Amino acid sequence: MTVASDSPHRRTKRPNRLFKNWMAKVASLPMIMTALFVFVGGTAWTVTYSFTGSRMLPKTKWVGFDQYERLWETDRWIISIKNLAVYGGCSLVLTLVLGFSLAACLDRKIRFESAFRTIFLYPFALSFVVTGLVWQWILNPDFGLQSVVRGWGWESFTFNPLNDPETVIFGLLIAGLWQGTGLIMCIMLAGLRGIDEDIWKATRVDGIGTVKTYVVVIIPMMRPVFITALVLIASGIIKLYDLVVAQTGGGPGLSSEVPAKYVIEYMFRAQNLGQGFAASTMMLCSVVIILIPWAYLEFGGRKRG
Amino acid sequence: MSKIIKTLVAGTALTAASATIASAEGVELEVTHWWTSGGEAAAVSKFADAWNATGNTWVDGAIAGSGGTARPIIISRILGGDPMAATQLNHGRQAQELIEAGLLLDLTDVAEAGGWSDIVNPSSLLGACTLDGRIYCVPVNIHSAQWIWLSHDAYKNAGLDVPTNWHEFVASSGDLKAAGTLPLAMGQQGWQQNIAFGAVTLAVAGLDAWTEVNVNKNADVARGPEYTAAFEAVAASRALAAESNVQDWNQATNMVITGKAGAQIMGDWAQGEFAVAKAVEGQDYSCLPGLGLNAVLDTGGDAFYFPVNDDPEITAAQKELAALLISPEVQVSFNLAKGSLPVRGDIDMSAANGCMQKGLGILAEGGVLPSGDISFSQDTTLQIEDLMAQFWSSDMSATDAQAAYAKLIEDAD
Repeated sequence: MTVASDSPHRRTKRPNRLFKNWMAKVASLPMIMTALFVFVGGTAWTVTYSFTGSRMLPKTKWVGFDQYERLWETDRWIISIKNLAVYGGCSLVLTLVLGFSLAACLDRKIRFESAFRTIFLYPFALSFVVTGLVWQWILNPDFGLQSVVRGWGWESFTFNPLNDPETVIFGLLIAGLWQGTGLIMCIMLAGLRGIDEDIWKATRVDGIGTVKTYVVVIIPMMRPVFITALVLIASGIIKLYDLVVAQTGGGPGLSSEVPAKYVIEYMFRAQNLGQGFAASTMMLCSVVIILIPWAYLEFGGRKRG
Repeated sequence: MSKIIKTLVAGTALTAASATIASAEGVELEVTHWWTSGGEAAAVSKFADAWNATGNTWVDGAIAGSGGTARPIIISRILGGDPMAATQLNHGRQAQELIEAGLLLDLTDVAEAGGWSDIVNPSSLLGACTLDGRIYCVPVNIHSAQWIWLSHDAYKNAGLDVPTNWHEFVASSGDLKAAGTLPLAMGQQGWQQNIAFGAVTLAVAGLDAWTEVNVNKNADVARGPEYTAAFEAVAASRALAAESNVQDWNQATNMVITGKAGAQIMGDWAQGEFAVAKAVEGQDYSCLPGLGLNAVLDTGGDAFYFPVNDDPEITAAQKELAALLISPEVQVSFNLAKGSLPVRGDIDMSAANGCMQKGLGILAEGGVLPSGDISFSQDTTLQIEDLMAQFWSSDMSATDAQAAYAKLIEDAD
């Protein structure tokens, strides 16, 4: 009702809409400019130069799709993509499951909750480089976990993921989960605390079990929290780089290479900007392919509704 | 609190002091390099001392990490208009585009005045600094990669004689393994595996085939029978290094020093590790240049480049420094500390140890090859390293690896 009575009044003001809140708009100009020039401009520049034969210095020597052809013929790039897919899939599922389970456990009003929360969140305070190095040592067969367990008398115990090309990516995954789960747990916990007590009372009256209540009632109610967590996890996966550099250096051989490392090494070590740009453009494409349909469903749908 | 004040006072005093020096007569030159390990830092201080002794000031700009970390920093500073006065790079093609863009100082007049073309040995080093007949860098040392380092302890424990060439080493590897020693230590990184590949290829495929592939980029030879034999030999050495779990080269060297591994194929910089461990050449370890088969070494190494500067005073000082770096006394003191070979053949290196003497002997006889830095672009080098990393750490067949390698040589630039 109020909307209807307001609208003629708004319509008369419409020509001035650009100047509405002009102070705020002027204040945000620098940020808008930065976003346009640095992000949009930088992205456009990168994509453009991925079609050139630039080596150490950017040059406009057009080579068409040569860089992309070479990229997709390179074993290292294919291995990188596969590794990221395995790491990403496992990391996404496990972080959400573990994060939510931990949060649900803490939400059961246990003792020393804040102590546990701190312990679980603590790894997140470390940089990936530290995490990588620590886990490189823990997983080292000569003085890490394996030797400790063998020292306890279990002589045949073998746990050496980092030196086996087949399992190295799971060694990275362990470190990644150790670091990342705590934050997701905290976000989930905040979400759980936002659930009205009455919901719990209602389910109890209806005689629904605790686990079922979580799965059927609480999780659907926490949709925004899950989306926040999903974006955080996904961006962490795509930019996976420092953990690999610190923990395995991409080895053994090429078996733990990731796309971001390919980009950096071809841009700077190989002094081949064109190839690095082509690889980073492909990374952008993969993000866009996932992001656009999701954003359309998430935001476009709501607007229509 | 007092600590902060002290630091501030010290800082002010330093600034004041350096300002006085600059105004007195000398010039401050900032020199960037990536020599940060113990032996390397000692070597670079020889340069700094010599330069400071001329009344000028050496501002040390060491960049921690390897060349792979430091080069992008150095290059982006030059490109970004904040050039240092001088910088280390590996001579060869790393700086080619910077020279083409006119960002590096032409040293031709200094070189002519110093008669570099007569004193630099091998002359190919100066060639690597030359573009279109002009000289842009001053080579300071030679590092070669074709060395195998053998542990006397490991062979003594297995009751074997220390091999004198690659074939004997391969023959002895079975017994070494039976004695519980890893035959070949290998850091699981592409560049190290590439060095081993290069050394084995040179020994097995022979000098002619090697030159044809690495210098003339002849892909047909890379597909030929000599290289088939070489790839099979590398596949066999892969089996010898199968249980080597270390990553960094110095960890692998350490396995040789402690007798846990029989041997390592690594460049002559490994000598620094033996020296730090107080191991004696001929008694605790042996070194075989060219794997004991082909007495040839490649001539990679370091060179200094001087970015163009607007200030004529600095430009003059840059040229003065260039001449100093290649002067006989500085060459001797620097290379003895660094464990590398000098770039001029007319100086007295009698203080050098056995391994360096072997290297000097090969240089004097002219057994030199261009290094990978000189013949291949960084792009091709990284692609070959990637292939080697894959080949050494998987069960990729020698035939597949050879085909992939030949393809890279075909596309190489």
